[in-house]
Amino acid sequence: MDAMAPPRYAFGVNVVAKTPPDAPLPPPFADWFVARGWSPRPHQLELLDKARAGKSTLLIAPTGAGKTLAGFLPSLTALHARPKKPRRAGGYGIHTLYVSPLKALAVDIARNLEAPVDEIGLTLRLETRTGDTSVHKRQRQKLNPPDILLTTPEQVALLVSAPGADRFFADLDTVIFDELHALVTNKRGDLLSLGLARLRKLAPRLKTIGLSATVADPDELRGWLMPQGGTRRRLSHLVTVAGGARPDITILDSQERVPWSGHSARYALGDLYDAIKRHRMALLFVNTRSQAELIFQELWRVNADDLPIALHHGSLDATQRRKVEAAMSAGRLRAVVCTSTLDLGIDWGDVDLVIHIGAPKGASRLAQRIGRANHRLDEPSRALLVPANRFEVLECRSALEANYLGAQDTPPIRSGALDVLSQHVLGMACATPFDADDLYEEVASAYPYREIDRRTFDRTVGFVATGGYALRQYERYARIRAGKDGLWRISHPRVAQQYRLNVGTIIEAPLLNVKISRNRAAGLAGRGGRIVGRIEEYFIETLAPGDTFLFAGFVLRFEGMYENDVIATRTQDTTPKIPLYAGGKFPLSTYLAAGVRAILADPKRWGELPPQVAEWLRIQRRRSLLPRQGQLLVETYPRGNRHYLVAYPFEGRLAHQTLGMLLTRRLERAKLRPTGFVATDYSIAVWGLADLGAAFARDRPSLAELFDEDMLGDDLEAWMAESYLLKRMFRNCALISGLIEKRHPGQEKSGRQVTMSSDLIYDVLRKHEPDHLLMEATWADASTGLLDIGRLGDMLARIKGRIVHSRLDRISPLAVPVMLEIGKEPVSGGDADEHVLREAADDLAREAMNGG
Amino acid sequence: MAAEAARSRYEGSVPARLGVTGVVLEAFCEGALWWADEGLLCVADLHLEKGSAFARRGQLVPPYDTVETLNRLAAAIDRLDPRIVVALGDSFHDEDGPARLAPRDRDALFDLQAGRDWIWITGNHDPRLPRRLGGMILTELTVGRLSFRHEPQAAPAVGEIAGHLHPSARVVGRGRSVRRRCFVGDGHRLVMPAFGAYTGGLDIGHPAFADLFDPTTLAAYMLGDAQVYSVGRRSLARRAP
Repeated sequence: MDAMAPPRYAFGVNVVAKTPPDAPLPPPFADWFVARGWSPRPHQLELLDKARAGKSTLLIAPTGAGKTLAGFLPSLTALHARPKKPRRAGGYGIHTLYVSPLKALAVDIARNLEAPVDEIGLTLRLETRTGDTSVHKRQRQKLNPPDILLTTPEQVALLVSAPGADRFFADLDTVIFDELHALVTNKRGDLLSLGLARLRKLAPRLKTIGLSATVADPDELRGWLMPQGGTRRRLSHLVTVAGGARPDITILDSQERVPWSGHSARYALGDLYDAIKRHRMALLFVNTRSQAELIFQELWRVNADDLPIALHHGSLDATQRRKVEAAMSAGRLRAVVCTSTLDLGIDWGDVDLVIHIGAPKGASRLAQRIGRANHRLDEPSRALLVPANRFEVLECRSALEANYLGAQDTPPIRSGALDVLSQHVLGMACATPFDADDLYEEVASAYPYREIDRRTFDRTVGFVATGGYALRQYERYARIRAGKDGLWRISHPRVAQQYRLNVGTIIEAPLLNVKISRNRAAGLAGRGGRIVGRIEEYFIETLAPGDTFLFAGFVLRFEGMYENDVIATRTQDTTPKIPLYAGGKFPLSTYLAAGVRAILADPKRWGELPPQVAEWLRIQRRRSLLPRQGQLLVETYPRGNRHYLVAYPFEGRLAHQTLGMLLTRRLERAKLRPTGFVATDYSIAVWGLADLGAAFARDRPSLAELFDEDMLGDDLEAWMAESYLLKRMFRNCALISGLIEKRHPGQEKSGRQVTMSSDLIYDVLRKHEPDHLLMEATWADASTGLLDIGRLGDMLARIKGRIVHSRLDRISPLAVPVMLEIGKEPVSGGDADEHVLREAADDLAREAMNGG
Repeated sequence: MAAEAARSRYEGSVPARLGVTGVVLEAFCEGALWWADEGLLCVADLHLEKGSAFARRGQLVPPYDTVETLNRLAAAIDRLDPRIVVALGDSFHDEDGPARLAPRDRDALFDLQAGRDWIWITGNHDPRLPRRLGGMILTELTVGRLSFRHEPQAAPAVGEIAGHLHPSARVVGRGRSVRRRCFVGDGHRLVMPAFGAYTGGLDIGHPAFADLFDPTTLAAYMLGDAQVYSVGRRSLARRAP
């Protein structure tokens, strides 16, 4: 099949460079390069050099620089030179372990390596091992390990925790981490770092090679690749390949009117279609799956030439995605509308234009996506940014500058999560009995855990053993126990089974199959219908039978549920009743936020903006105010029978949502009777029944008090403890740490039930042992992750004494976008759940009054 | 201290008044049923020692569910000072549960029983209960026009108060879906929510509830934070029509 053929530019070395003098390749390798009319690139040889000297190295290179071959060349040459049989009895163990964030990438790379291995005439075994690998093959790999094993972080965890890991990895020489920047910034990275620490113990001389796109702080990745310990951070070597040709990026300058709000970019449809027509193959990136669905549908509506345009996102059925990928690499498509599923480095064909719909939200993400176009290092990538609304015009502008400047805003590496550590500790007990002192030292050698103190580590071991409760009631049910020899071992083989079933850190939201049925009766009887993809249960829960929604490129009518299937039928409707389902929303990066604020503050730069957007800002300046650099603008005005407060922190939706919750609490306390709020990436609107403007004018309370940093203390704690977000995070921590078990096929337990019970556990634990290890882990996640509290704190500190109040008698131009979101976004604040219940109860009264 | 918190939480909460064969009852937020005329307080499916039952199988969930459940029950008893307390079956999660009861929880239980009649109705999780738990152990109890038993009977049962099914219901509005434990009844029969701290819910659209109620008069009494909401059939969100 075409999709299986190695992509043309995977090793992108079609340029003849000068042969570096002092790093000769072994003959068959050199011959191979010559036969292809290629020569090795300097960074490939540099990496080879470092590896020969046994040095761990980070390679930072843009797409198309031949990163993969660079990463494997040291292993291939070493294996070529190795004696056929080890001196001792038995065969070799694994020589090189390659870890990638995606199953598909591991499989893809294995396939791409086979050609050079074959052509060079190397005799080595190269195999993949993923969740899809058959039990039989895994067994064989255990008994007779391949030379190179390509795998995923979860498999690494399973391999190091299996008995016999010491033999399996005894000959391990090199570990290659592909797309390291994507591997390390989350809990998966934490688990992998701990796995690496164990691999080092099994094979003390191993070296690491990290392959990465450009990142904000390379030193973090360099540190990640090295064993830590002692006072100074140890860094790996670094090889950097300068970016290729400067990308050619433009912002769409449409004749159409740029809308005030919304994310559809429907206004630009004609322009999009024209751009597709003018190129061989275009990738259209969007930020959410719902946007992908919408743009796809709209494009087909105007597709007069019947261009082959496809859709690709994470909720679609895998076979459908594979089909699209195959068609792409065969060059049979003209455009693919996609989400982040196509972000990571798989080569799928000859893309000559990347269109980014909506604002990119982060400069690094934009750079990566643009890298999808034109996988030849020496030609510029072409990209078109299509802002969906006026604020996004500002954001695109600032991203464009960031990309030109080469700025990076990849997130920093957090300190290692304790739920992940719990999982790992149990895994280590499954592998072989451990000594707590040794394991502590090993764990602290992993980069994210380099600062962990002994007490926290011991608490974690206590948690793994008996749950770690102050009320020590579970001694007799301990999962691991310290024996007379002081070594911790599992108390029962069942514990190891449970560990294996629950390994990993990826917790998926409960998903339901979407089945399209000819007619609803057949579907609900469990017969017929094809599965087109999977959708989040929480979205379906908000639908009533008969509601229409957009999915897999169709407008579907929700008919009902049959076991784990959502039964839907096709409709002729063109406008779905339920427009959105969330999934994959990115917050605005701090870097771009600062850029947007800078543009607003500097009228001289408005000339770079489309005239209608510049005009919008001018009117705002006339009618209200524009914040200067470092200021926070707060506007108040009445509208209808409500009073509004609109603030413009530009800190992203998550931080704003948290801010909204806290502001509402404070306004409530000030008796200003807030009734709701809506947050966007740029601003936040709070409304209430009392005259907010008048209250601030009289300093009751003052805006300085309202926005005081101390809201991040008690108010935050009180709100968060009740928040469903915290419960959701607790659930993840409970699953990852092994407190509760993941759902497995064949188990009756539905995803919903796991959520229920973890909520109940949370309520009980919060009340009776609020400082338990898992509560600590949950809070750590909450404050760094979903709620963006760090960011909110920085903002509140920054604007102290710099709040400008603009008291208006009507809405300002800048406030229009967020006001238009009211009614589209779910209203938060107050006790929204109780409100829904109250309304449902009112219905009963009405039913009763009208005679039912 | 936890009992204090629980008490303040439900003090001033608004119960729902409902009728079963003409008997007026009150449904409270914590999931307790109050029959004022008889001074009878009924709670269903306490599932005491569910946490330790899980721990025994290797899931070390917090061992505080029993104390939490008893605290909530104590708060309701303090407030209402009932003459009779009926525990409507599945009071313990398994038959070994009573043996695992921590001494301080057992004492707390005895304190609650002092000065009133206490009736354990047996359930499928606790078909046999030890005498040393105090109170009377029955399979079923009839008071006036009402019969209290664990599992609802298949035949139309007039005046039946049952548990067992852990009913919960869901309403949808403003882009969100709200699920709560609930009482569910049709004027002839009432099924009570599970009271235990670790007990989940089963949607009343589930087949297990089919044929138990007259659909025309069915209502769910959903447990809010400080109020029980009476919700009619049409306002309830169902998985399948």
